[in-house]
Amino acid sequence: MKMKTILPLVLFAVLVGFLAFGLTRNPATIDSVLIDTPFPEFELTDLYDPDQVVTKADLTGEIVLVNVFGSWCVACVQEHPKLVELSNTANIKIVGVDWRDTRENGMAWLKKYGDPYHRVVFDADSLLAIDLGITGAPESYLVDKQGDIRYKHVGIITDQVWDDILAPIVVQLRTE
Amino acid sequence: MKIIHAIFILFSLLVSGSALAQSSTEAELEARAREVGQSLRCVVCQNQSIEESDAVLAEDMRRLVRKRLEAGDSNADVINFMQDRYGDFVLLKPPVQTNTYLLWFGPFILLFGMLFWFVRKTRKRSETSPVIPPLDDEEKQRLERLLGDEQ
Repeated sequence: MKMKTILPLVLFAVLVGFLAFGLTRNPATIDSVLIDTPFPEFELTDLYDPDQVVTKADLTGEIVLVNVFGSWCVACVQEHPKLVELSNTANIKIVGVDWRDTRENGMAWLKKYGDPYHRVVFDADSLLAIDLGITGAPESYLVDKQGDIRYKHVGIITDQVWDDILAPIVVQLRTE
Repeated sequence: MKIIHAIFILFSLLVSGSALAQSSTEAELEARAREVGQSLRCVVCQNQSIEESDAVLAEDMRRLVRKRLEAGDSNADVINFMQDRYGDFVLLKPPVQTNTYLLWFGPFILLFGMLFWFVRKTRKRSETSPVIPPLDDEEKQRLERLLGDEQ
């Protein structure tokens, strides 16, 4: 009898539990299925030189931070100083993917805010972006020496994101 | 002269025939692209399909769908291609698999659970409230006596 009276309460508590869990999740972040899979093969051109072909082989071989940005992307402006700082202080190769942009705008943007990238891949038609499962900019990937994607970060790389999440992964990748 | 005429007719028939065939495959491809596009979720505005969405990424995804269909992929190939990159989330209709069993079968389990509970409850009620037999003569006299006393 007692069990029966508290049953609705228990069911309600379970429901509240599910809803509470659902509310803490950000619907914009979609778990990437690409973690631990090889970085996609691509053949695009360099942002600065339309004749220079860039492929996966040009990017991989060491630990790389691949950052997808665009001159149209407001959040990228916010993120950019951190990338410039990292290019000077953190010993890591940073590669940019200028996504859905025009060459002029992309180059002007990098001139204005600084170019932290070892290489900038120009992807106007989302060819690499879709292979990377991009949903928006900025998004960043950590790629290991073997060329496998090991982590994906959606959104701005803040000081906190770098210190708490990305830097420890880089340290771990170096030991491998 | 007649022969030239015949050749001309034959030739024009062939040309128009192949043109017709081409436009029908194009229309077919377009229909397939729409069908595929309607089953893929736009990852920017998440409650629209890429066919409905105005987001630029959806536009690029639509183009990619058409390109892959033209290259000879089946509808399922194209959907798998997107699923490999964006996960199950990109499918507007969730696949029936271990982690979606609750989603697909939960409502039916709940429905049958409620039906079972309802049937048991009503059955129990009819068991615990047996039919009350009418009063016999002696009981009627007693009742009248009691009522009479009150008056």
